[in-house]
Parts: sequence; C-alpha cells; structure tokens
Amino acid sequence: MKMMSMGALAALSLGSSSCTQAQMEEFLQKRFREMTEAEKKEVIQRLEETYLRKYGKKFGISTQPAGSGVLWGYGLDLSRCIGCRRCVYACVKENNQSRINPQLQWIRVVRLKKGSLINLENAEHYYNPETVPEPGFMYMPVQCQHCENPPCVRVCPVKATWKEPDGIVVVDYNWCIGCRYCMAACPYKGRVFNWSEPNIPADELNTDVHYLGNRPRMKNVVEKCTFCVQRVRNGRYPACVEACPTGARKFGNLLDPSSEIRYLIENKRVFRLKEDLNTEPKFYYFFSA
Amino acid sequence: MEAWIFFKRTVRMVFVGTKAYYLWCAFLLAIIGAAITFYTKQLDAGLIVTNMRDQVSWGLYIGNFTYLVGVAAAAVLLVIPAYIYHFDPIKEIVVLGELLAASAIIMALMFVLADLGRPDRFWHIIPFIGILSFPNSLLAWDVIVLNGYLVLNTIVPIYILIKTYFGKEPTKNFVIPLVLLSIPWAVGIHTVTAFLYNGLAARPFWNASILAPRFLASAFCSGPAMALIIFQVLRKTAGMKIKNEALFKVAELMAYAMFINLFLLGAELFKEYYTATIHLAPMQYLFQGLHGHHALVPWIWSAMAMNITAFLIFLIPGTRKNLITLNIGSLLIIVGVWIEKGLGLIVPGFIPDPLGEIYEYLPNINEIAISLGIWAFGLFIFTLFMRIAIPIQRGDFVHSKYGKAAVKRQYERIKP
Amino acid sequence: MKIVSLCLFAIIAFGVPAFAAHHDEYPVSTPPLTEGIFPCSNCHAGMEVNAKRRELKDEHANIKLRHAENDRWCLDCHNPANRDKLKLVNGDTIPFTESYLLCGQCHGNIYRDWKVGIHGKRVGYFKGGERLYFLCVNCHNPHDPKFKPLKPEPPPTQPERTYGR
Repeated sequence: MKMMSMGALAALSLGSSSCTQAQMEEFLQKRFREMTEAEKKEVIQRLEETYLRKYGKKFGISTQPAGSGVLWGYGLDLSRCIGCRRCVYACVKENNQSRINPQLQWIRVVRLKKGSLINLENAEHYYNPETVPEPGFMYMPVQCQHCENPPCVRVCPVKATWKEPDGIVVVDYNWCIGCRYCMAACPYKGRVFNWSEPNIPADELNTDVHYLGNRPRMKNVVEKCTFCVQRVRNGRYPACVEACPTGARKFGNLLDPSSEIRYLIENKRVFRLKEDLNTEPKFYYFFSA
Repeated sequence: MEAWIFFKRTVRMVFVGTKAYYLWCAFLLAIIGAAITFYTKQLDAGLIVTNMRDQVSWGLYIGNFTYLVGVAAAAVLLVIPAYIYHFDPIKEIVVLGELLAASAIIMALMFVLADLGRPDRFWHIIPFIGILSFPNSLLAWDVIVLNGYLVLNTIVPIYILIKTYFGKEPTKNFVIPLVLLSIPWAVGIHTVTAFLYNGLAARPFWNASILAPRFLASAFCSGPAMALIIFQVLRKTAGMKIKNEALFKVAELMAYAMFINLFLLGAELFKEYYTATIHLAPMQYLFQGLHGHHALVPWIWSAMAMNITAFLIFLIPGTRKNLITLNIGSLLIIVGVWIEKGLGLIVPGFIPDPLGEIYEYLPNINEIAISLGIWAFGLFIFTLFMRIAIPIQRGDFVHSKYGKAAVKRQYERIKP
Repeated sequence: MKIVSLCLFAIIAFGVPAFAAHHDEYPVSTPPLTEGIFPCSNCHAGMEVNAKRRELKDEHANIKLRHAENDRWCLDCHNPANRDKLKLVNGDTIPFTESYLLCGQCHGNIYRDWKVGIHGKRVGYFKGGERLYFLCVNCHNPHDPKFKPLKPEPPPTQPERTYGR
C-alpha cells in the first residue's frame, strides 16, 4: 500500500512537473533562426506532444528549410477570377485558421467596378450575390504579397518575422509579442491577428504542418499567408492554386526559366499592387483575356 | 544603514497625510482596482475584448501612449524657462518637472504593455537577452529612448532629493549635465515616437513629414498645461511657493506652441483638401465623415473648438493673466490635444484600410476602464513622488542630524 | 529481293512516322465522361451512320448544342466511323484523352496558353511529383462551354459582428 501510494505520488509530481517544465521551456524558447538543429528537434517534439494533448491528433511538424536557387512567385489572372472565394476557404482548411471568434482569413477577395480598376476606395469586401461573377464587376483576391522589400519585416521590434531565402516572409509564432506594428506597416492588409484563442473544429485539422507555416497558432499573435510553405518546399502547388475552379491562380519558381510564372511575366501584361511603394511584391496580377 | 532608514521613513510617510490626500489616493486606488479586473479579462480572453480588429489594429491604448510621450517630453522642457528666466532656486522646478515626466513615461510604457498581445513574452524585446531589432525598427528605438528617459528622470530627482535630505548641496557638475542632456532627449523621445508612425508608407495619413513637428508643437501645449495645473494644486496643498508671474511666463510660451500647432494643422488641411487625391480619405473621415461613417466628426470638431479657444485665452494677455481663465484654457488644451493626438491621430490612420474598407472604431468599456486605470496609476505614482519630494524640498523631511535643511525659502509651512 | 524488302522497310520505318501526325502529349486528368456512356461503340458499333444534320430526338436528346451550333453539328467533331474517337479537321482521329487538340484547332490562343499553364488549371506537384493538367472539358462542357456562374462562398464576418465576447 505504502509503495503504491509513494509510486502514485511520484508519478503525479513527475507528471505535473513535466507540464510546467514544458511551459517553462516554451517561455524560454529562442527565436527559430537562432536555434541549433538539436534545439529545433526538441522544440518540435515538445510541440507535437502539446498538440497531441490539446487536439488529440498526431501532428507532423516539418522544419524543412528553403531550397537553393528558388524564389517563389505568384500569378493571378484577373480576367478569370470570378470572386467565388473557394480559394479563401481552401486556405482556411489547409492552414488551420481559426473559424469563428476570431474568424481569420488570409485571402481577401475584393470586388471592383469595371472601368475603375485599382481604385480600392470603392472596393467591396462583403459582396454576397446569388451567383458570381456579377456583370460590370471584377474580382481581385489579395493576400500577403511576400515582398522582396517587406515593410513588415523592417518594423518588427523583435525580428519575429523575416524573409526566408526562398522569398517567403514567415512569422515565428512563438517569438511574436503581439504588438501589431507589422499590421500597421503592411500596405496590402496581408496580416491578420488572433484576437483570441483560435477555434478550429477538430475534424478539420490539417496535421501536415510546417513550424513556420500552418501549425496551430495561439492567441494574440500575428499570422498570414505563407505561400503554403509546407507544400511548396516539397514541390506541391499551394492550396489556393488547387482550389480555384477557373484556374486563375499560377505559382512557380521565378528563377526557373521554364516555369509558368516566368512565362506569364514575360508574355502577359503583368502589374503588381501599389508598386509606387517600392515593396517589390512577388504577386503578379495579369489579364489573359 | 542610512539608506535603509531613509527608505523606511519614506514608506511610512506615504501612509500619512491630510484628509484630502487619503481621499485622493483611495479614489485612485479604486479606479486601479477596477482596471485590474478588466485587464485580467483581457489577459484571459485575448485582445478580442477590445474593439480593435484587423482593420483598426491600434486604438485607445496607443492613442494614450502617444499623448503621454508628449506630456513626458514637455514636462522636462519646463526647465528651459527655469534657466532662461532664472527662477531660483532652479532645483525645485527640475525635480517636479522630471518627476512628472517620469510618471508620464511610466504611464506610456504601461499603455504599450496593455496593448501587447503577449506581455508574457516581454523579455523578447530586452536587448542582449532577447532580440531587439535596432536600428531597423522604430519601436526598438522607442524602447531604448523611453527607458533611457525614464532612468534619466528618476536618477536626477532622486539624487537631488537624497542630497537635500542629508542637508547637502547637490553637485552641480552631476546635475547640470544630466538636466541639459534630458532636454534634447525629450525632443528625441517625441521625434522617435512620431517617426514610428511617420515611417509607414502603408498609412498615408501618417506618412507626412509634418508629423514630427506637429507632435512636438502639440506636446509643448499639453505638457506645460498639465504642469501649470499641477503647480497650482501643489501651491494649495503643499505650500509650494511659485509666483504667478512664472506661471504667466510659461503660459506665454505655450501660446507660441499653440499657434504653431494650429498652423501646422492648417498646413495639413490645405495639402490634403486642395490636392484632393485618394489620400484625402482619412482626413475626410475625421472632419466630415466618409461614406456615411462619421463617428469621429463631433470629437474632432470639439477638439478644434477647444484648441482655438485655448489659443485665444493664452494669446490675449488679459485672459492669460487671470488664473480662472488660465485654468480653463489649460483644461481645454489638455483635452483638445488629447482628442486630436490620441484618437484623432491613430484611428484615421487606419480608415480606410489598405484595401479600402472602413471599420469604425470607438473604444469599448474594457479599453476605457484599463486606460483610466493606467492614468490613475500614473497619477498615484506622481502623488507618492510628491508626497516624498515636497517635504524634502520644504525642509520638513530631513535627516535628523541636519535639522532644518538649507533650502526653505521657497516654501511655507502647512499644518497637515 | 533483299534490296526491295530493305527499301520497303526503310519507307515503312521512316515514312510512316513522317506521314503519321505527331501529337503533343500532356499529363492530363481523365475526361469527365458520363457514367456508362463509354465506350460509345457499345451502341454505335452496329448502327448505321446518319450524316444528315438534325436535332437528335431518340438518344442524346439532353444535349443542347450551344457551341457554334449554326456552323456545325455533332459529327463535325465526333468521328462518324468510330464514335470512340474524336475527329480533327485534317482527318486524324484522336482519343478523348487528347481532346485539347480538337479544341485547339479553333481556340489556338487559348491552346497556346494552356500548354504553358497560363490558361486552365494544374494540380499536384509542379516539381518532384505527379502533375495533372485539367483537360479543357474538365471545366468547359464541350457542348455548352460558357462557364456557368457559381454560388460564392460566404463573405467574411464584419468586424462589428464579433463584439461581445
């Protein structure tokens, strides 16, 4: 009896201490870029345990780095976008975004009047007709533009967001202090904030995640489109590209001369949003018809 | 040992005071207590309890922060007239001004802390322990200059007070250089805060070169106005002798600052309304309403009325030299600049947002309660500072070995 | 004899490929044929070919042609001799999996864009895995190709509606 109770006590204390030990480790966690490979492994293991405990699902967290000779670019065919928002919800599903209270969507589709194209002052965000496209309007989806000269990276006081070598602008969710300076600095409203603890339905969780991408986040940190870093570093199309029913979205490696994105930049009339701000976005809008 | 006795005596002293002192402290502590409950709610549920959303991601907290940095900058600039107009002794003004600045900076830093999403990760911003993105991020600059200013504005008064307590003259070679340093540093903190907003191309309402001069001009209006009122309160409750002429001189200088403030505002209005590009939208939202949204319009026009009235009061010698109108003018300019620089600067910067959406932000009860709590806390800290500083200055609170201190002629005895 | 057979062999070996058309091949998805309708020869093998241009009433009456219907009809694209194949203008027959060749005859610009991925949809892996090109007919019904309007997904919640937490 005595042995059993001692054993139980020991087990309880060990269990509780490991819980607080995990919290202590998370509190003292370094910025991702400063971690050694061994530290990264420890962090991943701890995160996987936390997610298993919290969501009851086994997550596979990748820390795959950028490949060499790669610079990701995105193309969007404005003559084909019909404003159906399938990309928005495919992104939400792929990237484990909070669905309600708060509702986070990385892609925002705006409706513009034909004839006055990039006058964003008259953009309508909340259009909800019976069917799209509506005559006389065109639709323009906007998400993080992964600028080559990103103003958000420049203003972050703790360097929680940075530009990876393959051009993707990422956030280390465990390093972000939630000051929202980057949100004030972004000219494209690419960033959204977890105003409270994210709510993701358990059966809709995507367990193939990347540390810098779509792993489940926590409250009061910033997040944004990551060009589906968990997919593209393995050569797979981002979720929004695959979801678009009209094939308006194009993705590829800007440094590969045979990619779709290079073809369209060289052969179609491309433009980028707010180019006068010299942010050098990698999101190219064009009209194929 | 001596230091320990001094410390014990100061702690004992803050618990003793007049009835008005007790009532005032109880009032402030009540507000602080209420604010703590609201802040616990915010920590628990997240910032969703505020009215800030993705479209307007900064609100009342950052508005108050901006205003208080201005007050802190201007409070120390009172020492300039002290030097130019040869108040004697100079130390009193320095001590009070710097303690006011320190309280304002503490309030400003607390507002930033209240606004942070993850205050538990605060150590990330400490240089060398965390990662501070200096010199790229203006927030990193702000962290350094604000904390440096706080250190400066606590070292000098504490040094002077301790020296006075021990009946010694503060070493001029230590005090004067630091006081002289705090003047450009004061300009620096407010310029850095202005550059924080100025450097964002995404927000055309803020991306104007005139922002830093406007900040300084409005700070020189509101900060000394607070000091004027506080000096009069201290004159009544703590027997601090300050001549009316001194107050009127400060008021005259404030009149110049108010003129510059109004002039720079006029320049901004002309530029936006005359060229009438798409960047007029935020200013139009503020002054007229945009696409049917006009929540801030009554606020800004009240602020305009207050600022202009205060300017006239301070300009006309008759009203400036009358204590009643002077105080009315001071209150008007304090509130007017708060509206213009707090809500009236932060919120229109986000409206319309970069994709043209208009989300009307007005603070809700959670934000108002926490903001009032932080103001109460700052006033409480300042009250405690004064509770210790003035008796030392007055000569009542000295080390027993030295009896009556050297500096006394500025004060009369007041029986508690 | 040997020389003749050698010459014949040469002609066949080199000539036939030269005469046979060379068609582009792409990794395409499966054509969205109606369930059970393929192979068409199940019904059409023994049927007589009626090349008269008319509106079909007995079978395939549900197909309303809205695709240059004034200028052509079914048997201009579907191979009359073998319904399991489609017919190109130059007489070549192509399987349904290469229907893009047929569309590309008239819609050359679109076909050129489709070949490089600008028009149309591609899914899968752009590198290091299988990539799938959607056929023209995966998005455009060949008999009524105009893209139908879709019901949009719901708009984002307006921020004011998230108060009261």
